[in-house]
Amino acid sequence: MPATKQLTKGNEALAMGAVAGGCDCFFGYPITPQNEVPEVLSYEMPKRGRVFVQAESEVASINMVYGAAAAGKRAMTSSSSPGISLMMEGVSYIACAELPCLIVNVMRGGPGLGSITPSQGDYFQACKGGGHGDYHCIVLAPWNVQEMYEFPALGFELADRYRCPAMILADGVLGAMMEPATIRDDDAPPDVPEKPWATSGRNGRNHKNIVNSLVIEPYGLRDHNLKLQAKYAKMQCETRWDTRHTDDAEILLVAYGIAARLALSACKLARKQGVNAGLLRPITLYPFPSDAIVECAAGKKRVLVVELSSGQMVEDVRLAINGKVPVDFYGEMGGVIPSPADICRKIMEAVQ
Amino acid sequence: MNIAIEKQDGSPDADLKCVFERPQALSDKPFHYCPGCSHGTYHRLIAEMIDEFGLLDKTVGICPVGCAVFAYEYFETDMIEASHGRAPAVATGVKRSLPDRFVFTYQGDGDLAAIGMGEIIHAAARGERITVFFVNNGIFGMTGGQMAPTTLIGQKTTTSVDGRDPRTTGQPIRVCELLSSIEGVAYLARVPLTSPKNINTCRKYMRKAIRAQLEDVGLGLVEVLSPCPVQWGMKPGDALHHIDESVVKAFPPGEIVDRVSATAK
Amino acid sequence: MLEQTVLAGFGGQGVLMMGKLLASAAMDEGLYASWLPSYGPEMRGGTANCIVVVSDEEIGSPVSDACDAIVVMNQPSLEKFESKVRPDGTLIINKSIVPVETTRKDVNAHYLEADDIAEKNCDANRSANVVMLGALQSVRQILKSDSVRRAIACSFKSKGQQVIDANLAAFAAGTNALRTEPIGPTR
Repeated sequence: MPATKQLTKGNEALAMGAVAGGCDCFFGYPITPQNEVPEVLSYEMPKRGRVFVQAESEVASINMVYGAAAAGKRAMTSSSSPGISLMMEGVSYIACAELPCLIVNVMRGGPGLGSITPSQGDYFQACKGGGHGDYHCIVLAPWNVQEMYEFPALGFELADRYRCPAMILADGVLGAMMEPATIRDDDAPPDVPEKPWATSGRNGRNHKNIVNSLVIEPYGLRDHNLKLQAKYAKMQCETRWDTRHTDDAEILLVAYGIAARLALSACKLARKQGVNAGLLRPITLYPFPSDAIVECAAGKKRVLVVELSSGQMVEDVRLAINGKVPVDFYGEMGGVIPSPADICRKIMEAVQ
Repeated sequence: MNIAIEKQDGSPDADLKCVFERPQALSDKPFHYCPGCSHGTYHRLIAEMIDEFGLLDKTVGICPVGCAVFAYEYFETDMIEASHGRAPAVATGVKRSLPDRFVFTYQGDGDLAAIGMGEIIHAAARGERITVFFVNNGIFGMTGGQMAPTTLIGQKTTTSVDGRDPRTTGQPIRVCELLSSIEGVAYLARVPLTSPKNINTCRKYMRKAIRAQLEDVGLGLVEVLSPCPVQWGMKPGDALHHIDESVVKAFPPGEIVDRVSATAK
Repeated sequence: MLEQTVLAGFGGQGVLMMGKLLASAAMDEGLYASWLPSYGPEMRGGTANCIVVVSDEEIGSPVSDACDAIVVMNQPSLEKFESKVRPDGTLIINKSIVPVETTRKDVNAHYLEADDIAEKNCDANRSANVVMLGALQSVRQILKSDSVRRAIACSFKSKGQQVIDANLAAFAAGTNALRTEPIGPTR
């Protein structure tokens, strides 16, 4: 399909990626550092006859998403950490009601009002529930502007396939930075599956549809939970990851998103200093590429997990590796970005 | 639905006419509501309206959290169960996606006037083309009779055991009056569901609130003053008298905003 | 090849634009490029800066605390960023409004009166940023001057040929400004 390479800002790429991914409705509330997403969509959506609503809060945004998704539309919202916290009740409802939708979190430093600088402190929230009850979102972690453009379509596709919320977990750097990205010129709509369950008005249907997350009878709710869990088990085949320089590596770095970019530079620095370092980058954070990590870590001296957090994904890496290889952690919090040189020092410490 | 009127011997009786039946938009599921509650009456009125306007095939209803949490069981239209207070936001999502559908919310006073006050105000401010059926019984019924924003001064509830004290809990919120300053609102009316006459008035108001949406004027809302004999600790009949004698003083009935008649086609 | 450049100054001096021109020129040459601004409240009134990374292979980190070159448009930026240039790296300093010299002895510092040059060449000092870009180009020569010129022409297209010409002239003036030996302390 026709496309051009353009120097594009991450947040703008994400917005245009949503348009290309067939987003029918966007609902959002301003928060730094993702404001270009609603700004771009506020004119790109209406000019295509699609829906843009600036909601009164993140709580309203996610419930508008719930309504539009229930109506059978590709619906999304975008926010940053504190706003995503506000949405969590709604995400739990959406997961229970089995509605597909897309939620974007351009993470910033926390906890609390925190800062507006980049962070990865929301891994637990994104991957371990966040809201109440036993549920998961599919979580995608882009690491460059091209993926910021491509992942909305992927998120919608996976969300529709599994009837569950998908989340793009980006951060302030990815949102603010510009890189050359290949952007489609056309507006060809993607294939969207039929949604016979949608509450879009009966329109001749001989029965009513109900979208609901209330199952008051305990065994009924247990059975519904079992159904959800079976879905999450089936979802494990969607695991995606990427590697760099791992074949000859004596130390394996595991990092996602912007931390993986820093780690890649650190690997190159380490190699200049005679230490063969490699990188595995989870692209799906849920489902988590546990098997790939185990396989890749086999025979390595050590594993070093790098995150812009106090150590969240490292728990999943340790669970996967299960003591077979020592796992070290290096993280910075609060919006501080460690330099590749800092990470390289940790590599050197680990292998000595 | 056609019910054959039969003679005692089982043969059809052509002399008798069916004059009252269940509306098509109402399911045959028995209501779970307490004796003396008017949720059932309001449900029936909504179903009658859906039939009257021929909207069965194009309606999406949004239920609240509260006593009417199971309302999706009682209507034959597509239904969505919203989280507490957020029905106007969910309705916004549906209506913006599918502008030719008829979208209504059904909300209690805890849902709409407490936790969901932000959503109803902003849905009104945006002039969302939705119709809100609001049930005000002045109390949190389902959770066990706690004080609501609409509880009368002096009224005893499980969280105001000595009666509502305005010094610490404020005055009852009059939703229609509060929303009346918002220009996106097309229609606001309040009526006690206490007598056949008032029920007929309610029908009249509901028609306008529905037309507000169908004729693209703005948000329409009908607030019904409803009894909660169980949580008020009253007999059903006494509860109705209480509305007519006391509740209407705090919540005066009538049409508060009507931009529908002016734009009638 | 990996070139990391910080461009810093007051908000309104066009430092973000300068960075975009660099990144666009790199993209034009088929190189990898990243551009990362400082963002948030400090955008208004305070210092504005961006970091541009250009490479012939996939770019890892878009940030660096050991940059190859730093373009300094005002004094606060000199104080904030002079420690971020690697030994033997390049500092390009706008002498028109920076009254001091760098304290670093281990870098190549170049001084030019960008505002004055811009005013002389193009009737306005608004293109001081492009003068500085020209100076950077003449010292580092990571990109082809033609690619930068194309990026200038493309970026100012909507503002008309006059603006394009003024900026191309500013770029040329900046390129020529440092044709003499580096002034100031060098290693």
